[in-house]
Amino acid sequence: MYSIAVLGDRDSVMGFKVLGLHVYPVDDVDKARSTLHKLARENYAIIYVTEQLAVSLEAEIARYKDNVTPAIILIPGKEGSLNIGMSNISRTVERAIGADVL
Amino acid sequence: MPATTVNATRMELTRIKTRLKTAVRGHKLLKDKRDELMKQFMDVVRENRTMRQQVEESLMRAHSAFTVASALMSPEILEQSILYPKQSVDLDMSFENVMSVNVPKYTFETKNDNSSEIYPYGFAMTSGELDDAVKALSDAFEGMLRLAQIEKTTQLLAEEIEKTRRRVNALEYVKIPEMQENIKYITMKLDENERSATIRLMKVKEMILAQAIEQQQAQDAKALQEMHA
Repeated sequence: MYSIAVLGDRDSVMGFKVLGLHVYPVDDVDKARSTLHKLARENYAIIYVTEQLAVSLEAEIARYKDNVTPAIILIPGKEGSLNIGMSNISRTVERAIGADVL
Repeated sequence: MPATTVNATRMELTRIKTRLKTAVRGHKLLKDKRDELMKQFMDVVRENRTMRQQVEESLMRAHSAFTVASALMSPEILEQSILYPKQSVDLDMSFENVMSVNVPKYTFETKNDNSSEIYPYGFAMTSGELDDAVKALSDAFEGMLRLAQIEKTTQLLAEEIEKTRRRVNALEYVKIPEMQENIKYITMKLDENERSATIRLMKVKEMILAQAIEQQQAQDAKALQEMHA
């Protein structure tokens, strides 16, 4: 059995607690970084990270890209979508095909 | 000249020829694999895009609902209300094989199946807006899970395509030409050796012949002298 974690600023992630997800509110980047690594080692199959936080964790998130677990998925935080998730898809396409064909 | 030194022997030639055959076959297979992966990948990416758009929209709705709810309630009560969730999710992961890439497939089980039983608080102290927010979030959740699955699939497929593409290119532009060059070099070298052996034989024959003629001539001269004497 696997669990699902949500990582982000308190206001953005608090609501997910109602759904029974494990919520890890973090405020500063260093804390977020260590929490992310800790979660990746543990039994989490999916880790949702707010885009606002993901901006400063880019290298850490890229590290887990090729692993099957965890899947680190960006979600828009309270302040709205920064379009990083979308542009990441384009980056993935570029990586696979060599050009963004879509 | 080939870049690396090769032994110009018949055995080496046979070995390289077999390797070239394998390489050409492997190249064809990998190319087919790459093309099929690309095809699958394009489908997955398109779905990924639409899923992400949907999830982002529904999450933004949930976020704004929460903002409204938190404006109407004191933060303490809001926090208290959602402190102990009624709902819990168990996630199970199985694997699906897409062109020999293992992609995850998530199935989840919630403790409360009834969507009206997910509110972990009494309705007296909280505002209706919080109910809306929780509902919006719970509606978004299934999409989030599908998004996670498809986005991971995209990433894993992308990695595999990149790897396959590199292999195809390495075979096509480096390995196969190198082997062809080596084969050409060895064939030429062997031919050259053969020619030089032939020439050598011809030379030796010439020399032996010349010697034989000389001997014969000497013998003939001797015989003539004896006849005259």
